[in-house]
Amino acid sequence: MKVFIQFFKDSLEEVTSGSRVYHLWMAFLTLVMLIGSYCYYIQVDQGLIVTGMSDGVSWGLYISNFTFLVGIAAAAVMLVLPAYIFKDIDFKQAVLIGEGLAVSALVMCLAFVVVDVGGPANLWHVIPGIGVLNFPNSMLSWDIIVLNGYLFINITIPLYILINVYQNKEPKKNIYLPGVFISVFWAVSIHMVTAFLYQGLQARPFWNTALLGPRFLASAFAAGPALIILILTVINKFTLFKVENKTVNKIAIIVAVAAQINIIMLISELFKEFYFPTHHSISAHYLFFGLEGKTALVPWIWTSIILNVIATVMLTIHKIRTNKKFLLVACIILFIGIWIEKGFGLIVPGFIPGQWGEITEYTPSFIEIGVTVSIWAMGAFIFTVLAKTGIAVETGKLRFAKK
Amino acid sequence: MSKKENKNVENSQNTWHQITSENTDRRSALKKITAGLVAGVGIASTSCSVFSEDHEKEASQMSWDEFFKKNYKIMSDEERVQTIQRLESLYEKKTGNTINISHQGPMEDVLYGYVFNISKCQGYMDCVNACIEENNQDRDSQMQYIRIHQIEKGHGFNFEKAEDNYYNEVPANNHFYIGTQCFHCENPPCVSVCPTEATWKEKDGIVVVDYDWCIGCRYCSASCPYDGRRFNWGQPHVPEEEVNKNQHYLGNRLRKKGVMEKCTFCIQRSRSGQNPACVDACPTGARKFGNLLDPKSEIRWILENKKVFRLKEDLGTEPKFWYYMD
Ligand code: SF4
Ligand code: SF4
Repeated sequence: MKVFIQFFKDSLEEVTSGSRVYHLWMAFLTLVMLIGSYCYYIQVDQGLIVTGMSDGVSWGLYISNFTFLVGIAAAAVMLVLPAYIFKDIDFKQAVLIGEGLAVSALVMCLAFVVVDVGGPANLWHVIPGIGVLNFPNSMLSWDIIVLNGYLFINITIPLYILINVYQNKEPKKNIYLPGVFISVFWAVSIHMVTAFLYQGLQARPFWNTALLGPRFLASAFAAGPALIILILTVINKFTLFKVENKTVNKIAIIVAVAAQINIIMLISELFKEFYFPTHHSISAHYLFFGLEGKTALVPWIWTSIILNVIATVMLTIHKIRTNKKFLLVACIILFIGIWIEKGFGLIVPGFIPGQWGEITEYTPSFIEIGVTVSIWAMGAFIFTVLAKTGIAVETGKLRFAKK
Repeated sequence: MSKKENKNVENSQNTWHQITSENTDRRSALKKITAGLVAGVGIASTSCSVFSEDHEKEASQMSWDEFFKKNYKIMSDEERVQTIQRLESLYEKKTGNTINISHQGPMEDVLYGYVFNISKCQGYMDCVNACIEENNQDRDSQMQYIRIHQIEKGHGFNFEKAEDNYYNEVPANNHFYIGTQCFHCENPPCVSVCPTEATWKEKDGIVVVDYDWCIGCRYCSASCPYDGRRFNWGQPHVPEEEVNKNQHYLGNRLRKKGVMEKCTFCIQRSRSGQNPACVDACPTGARKFGNLLDPKSEIRWILENKKVFRLKEDLGTEPKFWYYMD
């Protein structure tokens, strides 16, 4: 217990001290979060009417981001598996970074759900015991369970490792390895359950396709590791922690393959929807070409496809992929491309056209954007804190001093 | 009506809202927030309540009890009576008027069903207006449970070609009309997906929502194939003199912002043996309502003698809402 308290004290000290850039970065994130809190205050006060959502499109930016981030959270941990198999990357470090990212992404996921519901004060209604959780009928109940379970696993494992290293002990592999494996399999489950959330709705033909889950997985495996490459680059630049080139290159290969698979699935989907369009292709038609002159999503989806294709080509060409600068650019492009695809390309068109064919368009409001950006800032904040502590422990800066 | 226009209406009405909530007791608001924190949630909904100073304590105690009450479905009879008493007295404190909230349960051997005669409907929309008044629907966003689709003849039931917000004179030449609303499915997807069991099917087949238990996730409305559900995006508002004071806990009692609502076959009427308001309001007799388990009922006669059909039957939701033509 003493160790724990000391550990938290030390890490608190660690995260509150740092270079100028670090302080500026944290101050910036805090500012964004403050602005976002104000936006959220307005939303709580007036209701969800201040967002762009309506009875026509009843989930928007929040749930899109939630969906995207579940993918990131899952992919971050699944990346640990190759690290274990190839053995040439420091497995422990891969676990720390992967699970740190997963924790931040999960906290963001939960935040996006909280800001999306109409009665956040009533959220205790889902807690079994004092509330009523509709299990196993509701996929949302499943999602609540798997996401919280996943969060729990991903907090305990890194904590176990760090606490041991902190005390100059070698963390025991046979203790944390099973945990890591559970976490990897659990990652698949959070992914699939989140896909089932949409896939199971017979009312929405656009989502009601068997390809939804797998496509979800492929795009997450592209976006998640792409984000990790970006993060590793930043860590390399600003900290003492050094990540080897070959690690980055290996991850880049994963990103490339996942991006290729994602594109193949996209083509297969487009073929099904447009070779012989049925009644159910109408959402896709709206998404790619617009309907009745309403085209709000068309620029988004084409931007996304173009970004995806460019990034995939760049990643496929060996020379470009192994060039550090180009790799970064490709990762950024891919990340944005997939973010759009999962948001405007997956969630919103599911609602359009509505059940009786009416077309309601959706554009997020400024309040919604403010809240969204601030949740991302919160995620970045949490990750920075986690990473800084983790790195300080790993590099030996932070150690338990017996007094 | 488009969302944008709705917002404008809302904004202008917000002023009304602000004026009435000017005296909102800050402390009770604070207490609510604490309640939220205790529940481990954080932010309490700022549902608006206006209390006069003398009753402050009692009222905030009542709001506190209201906040922590159970899902109506699992409440005992006694608890149901208590919450209704609280709601009634809170309303009286707020407005000086009395309301009567019923908690009448389903009758034995009753399963409600509805039929719609497409040949008769002329698109007058009297049903829509009667529904709004009967069920205390939000006037600001002009919420409507019923949609009347105006479809040009010659395309069959092509809802994509339908006009849902028509302003022309009715019946328009060469058009026919068909109404949709919640179909009270026997196999309702909206009920399965709700994470908190805030919505369920009653014994008499009516699909209801507990407005105080709903967390406003809107999963149910995503899952409904018939556009049967409406969400309170802002604070709903009904002018006091227009409030229907004859209410049911699962029916037309006043809602708050951030919760889901829907048609309840006018549960406050149907359970006391009346027709839903839309049925009585229809000047053409296109709407019929009755007990499916009663072999002598008119609805049974229609189902047995007319060529009836339902919409999107392939989805397996088993709506209790049929259409037919003469
Ligand atoms: S019509 Fe929609 S809201 Fe009504 S019971 Fe069926 S699924 Fe539920
Ligand atoms: S909006 Fe309310 S009734 Fe609908 S699924 Fe969510 S909690 Fe249940």
